Amino acid sequence: MASTTAAANAADITFTVNGAVRALTLDLRTTLLDALREHLDLKGTKKGCDHGQCGACTVLVNGVRINACLSLAVMHQGDVITTIEGLGVPGDLSDLQVAFLDRDAFQCGYCTPGQICSATAMLDEAAKGWPSAATDDLTGEVVLTDAEIRERMSGNICRCSAYPQILDAIRDVAGAAA
Amino acid sequence: MRPFTYERAADAAGAAKAAAEMAGARFLAGGTNLLDLMKLDIETPTHLIDVGRVPLARIEDGSDGGLRIGAMATNSTIAADARVRRSYPVLVEALLSGASPQLRNKATAGGNLLQRTRCAYFYDTAKPCNKREPGAGCAAIGGLNRMSAILGTSDACIATHPSDMAVALSALGATVETVSPDGTERSIGIDEVHRLPGETPQIETSLGVGELVTAIVLPPPPEGAQSYRKVRDRASYASGLASVAVAGDRIALGGVALKPWRAHKAEAALKSGAPPRIAAEVELAAARGNGGNNFKIALTCRLMTASIQKGQA
Repeated sequence: MASTTAAANAADITFTVNGAVRALTLDLRTTLLDALREHLDLKGTKKGCDHGQCGACTVLVNGVRINACLSLAVMHQGDVITTIEGLGVPGDLSDLQVAFLDRDAFQCGYCTPGQICSATAMLDEAAKGWPSAATDDLTGEVVLTDAEIRERMSGNICRCSAYPQILDAIRDVAGAAA
Repeated sequence: MRPFTYERAADAAGAAKAAAEMAGARFLAGGTNLLDLMKLDIETPTHLIDVGRVPLARIEDGSDGGLRIGAMATNSTIAADARVRRSYPVLVEALLSGASPQLRNKATAGGNLLQRTRCAYFYDTAKPCNKREPGAGCAAIGGLNRMSAILGTSDACIATHPSDMAVALSALGATVETVSPDGTERSIGIDEVHRLPGETPQIETSLGVGELVTAIVLPPPPEGAQSYRKVRDRASYASGLASVAVAGDRIALGGVALKPWRAHKAEAALKSGAPPRIAAEVELAAARGNGGNNFKIALTCRLMTASIQKGQA
């Protein structure tokens, strides 16, 4: 457990990543993204813009999707973090991972981990009834139309523009859950 | 990013006190704006006070029929709250029109209020900006100013305030609660939180050194229609060129000034029987463009007219 006041420019940080407790001593400037990639060798999470604009670094923190590039590792003391490596492994893929393969929902694949982490949490948000800018009735039930899925995935950019296939893949899983 | 020291605050009063004790300290909540600006060397704090776990994330019923939104509530949780969705749709629509889902999951109510302008010249450290470096000049005036303000500008700054949420709060007549380093608590009307640029665009709010936003208080929902309409360059995840919030007989504009622009003149004109189009024109009579943003005057006028008409329908 780290002290809550760090006089120096480094801190001891402990959090749970993909089910395992990990303890690190990091420069305070280390983002959650760099902690995952450079210190825990979890290279699935990608650095795209590093400014919260592309979504390639999307991970789940306590089940909620965020941009790992715009968060400091030290802010996540005790948090539970899930990356693409924690959603599924070869031979035991998550439904969305399977759907992305079935639908060929990528070209270069660089944005894919972020897309899948984002979509995973997006389905949870929709299931909880969270509205979006595409929702007509703010107090009604959420129906994941194509317009809803597109709006809810607008924080993830795909430079290859595989959007039609990404939409197909997410619709497959959303439809199966409905 | 420059080195800094870090502490995690346990409570709001302690955070405010700590902020006043150390020069160069900044509050860190969601971090989505501050950390971005630190990477760009625009914000250069020497000490961060992490208020992210200060227990101010709850949304509570007010005794008067309103709501009290804790400053650490995320944009997402406010927009998802059943009471907000039922009674303050203008706020939900404004929140959901801003940023991306990932950012809204992290960004707090307090941080949303205090986020800094997205003026391209504020972000470009190779260009002069009176906000970054008082007295340096404003590169947006005479530069690429398509996104710039048309109301309340000065010769020192034509930046806009980027918050959608704050525009809805202005239309709703919200108040902002704070705690100061000496423990004093106060309430500030939303329209008094942000300042127009004048000669000191680097002073952006009426908050004192170390003063921490603790809550946003919504009055009981107004009679009449509520709406938030935003025009932007792409359908999602983009700053507004112009936006209009309507809540009953109150109107506020976004994307047009360095603060949420409460449309007092239009409200008064409507009250005295003017049609929507005339009310919008009265409000925008003082609007001035700087070339690239001249179109915003007509755009805002049409947007206001349409929103007011919709509210009256």
